[in-house]
Amino acid sequence: MPALTRKEVEEIALLARLHLEPDELARMETELGAILEHFAALAEVPTDGIPPMTHAVPMDLRLRADEPAPSLPVGEALAAAPARQGDVFVVPAIIGGGE
Amino acid sequence: MTHWLSASETAAHIASGELTAASAVDALLGRIASVDGELGAFLAMDPRAHDAAAEIDRRRAAGEPQGPLAGVPIALKDNLVTRGVATTAASKMLDGWIPPYDATVVDKLRAAGAIIVGKLNCDEFAMGSSTENSAFKRTRNPWDAARVPGGSSGGSAAAVAAGLCAGALGTDTGGSIRQPAAFCGVVGLKPTYGRVSRWGAIAFASSLDQIGPLTRTVEDAALMLEVIAGLDPRDETSIDAPVPRYRDALTGDVAGLRVGIPHEYYEGAIDADVRGALERAKAVLVERGAEVVDITLPHTQHALPAYYIVAPAEASSNLARYDGIRFGHAATDAKSLQDRYMRSRAAFGTEVKRRIMLGTYALRSGYYEAYYKKAQQIRTLIKRDFDKAFQHVDVVLTPTTPTPAFAFGAKATPIEMYQADVFTLACNLAGLPGISVPCGLSGDGLPIGAQLLGKPLDEATILRTAHVIEKVLGIGHPKGLA
Repeated sequence: MPALTRKEVEEIALLARLHLEPDELARMETELGAILEHFAALAEVPTDGIPPMTHAVPMDLRLRADEPAPSLPVGEALAAAPARQGDVFVVPAIIGGGE
Repeated sequence: MTHWLSASETAAHIASGELTAASAVDALLGRIASVDGELGAFLAMDPRAHDAAAEIDRRRAAGEPQGPLAGVPIALKDNLVTRGVATTAASKMLDGWIPPYDATVVDKLRAAGAIIVGKLNCDEFAMGSSTENSAFKRTRNPWDAARVPGGSSGGSAAAVAAGLCAGALGTDTGGSIRQPAAFCGVVGLKPTYGRVSRWGAIAFASSLDQIGPLTRTVEDAALMLEVIAGLDPRDETSIDAPVPRYRDALTGDVAGLRVGIPHEYYEGAIDADVRGALERAKAVLVERGAEVVDITLPHTQHALPAYYIVAPAEASSNLARYDGIRFGHAATDAKSLQDRYMRSRAAFGTEVKRRIMLGTYALRSGYYEAYYKKAQQIRTLIKRDFDKAFQHVDVVLTPTTPTPAFAFGAKATPIEMYQADVFTLACNLAGLPGISVPCGLSGDGLPIGAQLLGKPLDEATILRTAHVIEKVLGIGHPKGLA
């Protein structure tokens, strides 16, 4: 597990949709690299044929009866919207908006 | 002096008419106003507390049936959502957010008659081990103001230890209830994964998160678990199993109990006072007829790296919801959607960004097998270690933490901070119940916690064992706090 390069840190930040300032990028490069190095020992643990655990307690998917139930009123659900117009959230244009 | 009454005592005094709920709550609000400026446990107060208490008194006067926590003042870690009361998870991302609903545990507390007094500080999104990652304030340890209360449920532990509420709820993803409970000298219980509904707990790592009580007595932990446990149709992972009356387990009898001592938890850098306190806890159990069994949990050393892959991976996915569009902080002047996402999410603090980055790295195409899958396989190995051990023992006894509470700023790097959780992580990875109970003071007068781990859904046995340790080795309230 090699240490991280600055380019990789920038790629991961983009994948995570995180804007990082130059000093944050530098810090992440050092710190994430150190953390990954510390975790390199994991690769040595033999795990062939060991099933990965997804949940600690075995559980079946439960289905509820297909019956209508009350839900949050639209006004309350939208109350915390940073930008809103009537009953919809307002976002920057995604078509023809330069992306 | 009603503030040092336990939750059970408070409920009994109110039920008998010796105390009114309104006077208990008002006295506590006064105490919070005078003490918490220095302590820093609360982020918000619930302005409805007095009226809710008065309503309990009215119902009692009218002879109406009351719940088991009627009139008992309880506070909540600020990552549990409360309808109408600001909920921030100690993050600027959620500064000023007023949730439109209550968490299931909040519904259940209210139904039991509890009075919600306010919201408690924590590490941002529950990511940390000292509460130093709160975006809003520093919470001090009631035993020593120069030291951290632990984390991430540091406000919960500090408030309970300082007599600012009769009990609190926290969340525990890798030790976030048990570690601060140990640092602040209170009882902290992480239930079996699925025992308590997570609906309304702001998600950090969904396969590990669990809500549980922090209290001044083991009896109160049992009582609060009775109230909050159970199946919830709104949480797919909540377990459909009957909720016992956990207080009935507190018999004081540990004769014949098999107590496992895993040598892996007693090797390496452990504070000498912690080691001594654990020896005394063990001796207390042996004197009362318990049998000590040496056991091995051979994959223990891999729990920390496995945890710090699984938890950040799940966090990176869970925290994708903070997109600056539906709620939370938003860069509304952004010119493109991508820019809106990226600049809104800049409101996260350093540790949250670090974990999102780590998790995104681990889940990235081509890296999944080497990290996330590998870590999940190690989880299976850790679970198998416990399954094997529990064929021979009823409980496992370990220190909760390698040292007592450390000073502010003492952990210089992320890895040093992560190591504060070294004894508590495996419990979450394996989904087991775990409790921290005070078992002594260090030479510096700081609390030390003993951790008991149990079989899945066997909270009764760890509570029974903790209760015996508490009776003999209980440490009382912080010196200097009236």
